[in-house]
Amino acid sequence: MRKNLFNVGALFEGFATTFRAIFKPKPTVQYPSVRKQHAPRFHGLHELRRYADGKERCIGCELCAIACPANAITVIGAENSPQDRRSPGERFAARYEIDELRCIFCGLCEEACPTDAIVLTPRFEMADYRRGALIYAKDRLLVPAEAGVGTPPDERPNGIPSDLGGVYRAKDTVDIDKGYDATNRGEQLKASRKGLTA
Amino acid sequence: MNGVPFWLIVLIKGVIVLFVVITTFAYSMLFERKIMGWMQLRPGPNRVGPWGMLQPAADAVKMMFKEDLTPVTADPLIYRLAPFISLICAMSVFAIIPFSASSDGTPWSVANVNAGILFIFALTSIGIYGISLAGWASGSKFPLLGSVRSTAQMISYELSMSMSVIGVLILAGSTALSDIVSAQARLWFIVPQIVGFVIYLITAVAETNRAPFDLVEAETELVGGFHTEYSGLRFGLFFIAEYLNMITVSCLGTLLFLGGWNGVFGLPSDGILGLVWFIIKAGLFLFFYIWLRSTLPRFRYDRLMDFGWKVLLPVATLNLVVTAVIVAVWPHA
Repeated sequence: MRKNLFNVGALFEGFATTFRAIFKPKPTVQYPSVRKQHAPRFHGLHELRRYADGKERCIGCELCAIACPANAITVIGAENSPQDRRSPGERFAARYEIDELRCIFCGLCEEACPTDAIVLTPRFEMADYRRGALIYAKDRLLVPAEAGVGTPPDERPNGIPSDLGGVYRAKDTVDIDKGYDATNRGEQLKASRKGLTA
Repeated sequence: MNGVPFWLIVLIKGVIVLFVVITTFAYSMLFERKIMGWMQLRPGPNRVGPWGMLQPAADAVKMMFKEDLTPVTADPLIYRLAPFISLICAMSVFAIIPFSASSDGTPWSVANVNAGILFIFALTSIGIYGISLAGWASGSKFPLLGSVRSTAQMISYELSMSMSVIGVLILAGSTALSDIVSAQARLWFIVPQIVGFVIYLITAVAETNRAPFDLVEAETELVGGFHTEYSGLRFGLFFIAEYLNMITVSCLGTLLFLGGWNGVFGLPSDGILGLVWFIIKAGLFLFFYIWLRSTLPRFRYDRLMDFGWKVLLPVATLNLVVTAVIVAVWPHA
């Protein structure tokens, strides 16, 4: 006990550490005013896409609902009729609902989809006061006809949600050119240790 | 001043001091949260008003609208009374703290008590009753443990604190705070009483139940210690009392060891200038408190007791004896 008590050097070291921290740059991102850059393949809110002619891509096959590990997707298909042709195939999704509270944003629905109809966009701000409001139906999932085809799954706009208003690139977060630092950080460290990179 | 009744002057002074002290409390809280934030690599509160300057107001409103709960097992009268004991004692101390002095030597305080330091110690000791009674009257386990700890801790550390202060009293030859400050005009007592100063610094932290001596609250083990059951404004009163005590010991440390409102290197220190010196020194004290809290982890309880009785008390006694002998042998050194 005596030895620990009179280890004054360690005490001063501790004080110096906290004092130095006052002047260090703070890693906090001032979120609503400054937005952090997402990983390029960030999984956010879903979107149902269209073809260039305005037809829905979804053919109501329910593969996404089967693939979903959280049972968050409900699809009820219906036959297309010559008078009301919604999708190029035989069937379309009469109802398409995703419970965003159940969803774990794994992206398996996107992988399962044979027509690339459902994609996960980088949008993530969907908080609400009511649970019911988090069940997204076609009215909110489907890209509006006048808004184009939607987000192509392999060409996401660099993880920056383009429709969220003012978007700034925050410092010290993710370097987009080198990739998402959380995933290949180990390789980067290994490379720098071997002197391969600066 | 002729024609103005004495009580009116005292009342006006009291209201001014009260207002200033409450404002200081509010902003010392913000100051602490900011500094702690920076030390933990966070920006600290910055959402309410520019630079978070309105945070104290937001906190006060929150406190007022929270439900004031009394547990069924609590002793209702004492449970309700305890926060007021803490707060009133913490506030009354400021009545006799001189913040500066006019050029003719009149101290800027509500009352210049000739036994000032004793009065302060008496009040802070009564203030501990607030904490002890709160824990006891809550009728619940954790508060009781907290109050038992507080009683033991206060007794252990109050002794060493008084011992360290007596050294200063011997050097100054007076217990009035204004005399102690004027005795430091040439040399601050931190130089001859460096041991006493260090002991005062440590015991002051223990006296105000602040980290690393916050075993009374110890949220990791005792939930909230003595104030576990308190909510709303009553909790707020304890909170105010804790910060006021912190400001008190900062002011007291400044008066006793850092030369009060005397300037550094003989710089002028009359009136307002003295107040500025005083605020700077007390602010440094407060900063040290916050620095300490974000640096050191909480003591273990038995080590706290060991440290108080086996290290601080003997050293403080030795310091006192040495000081007394030196003053007796060379009375005018």
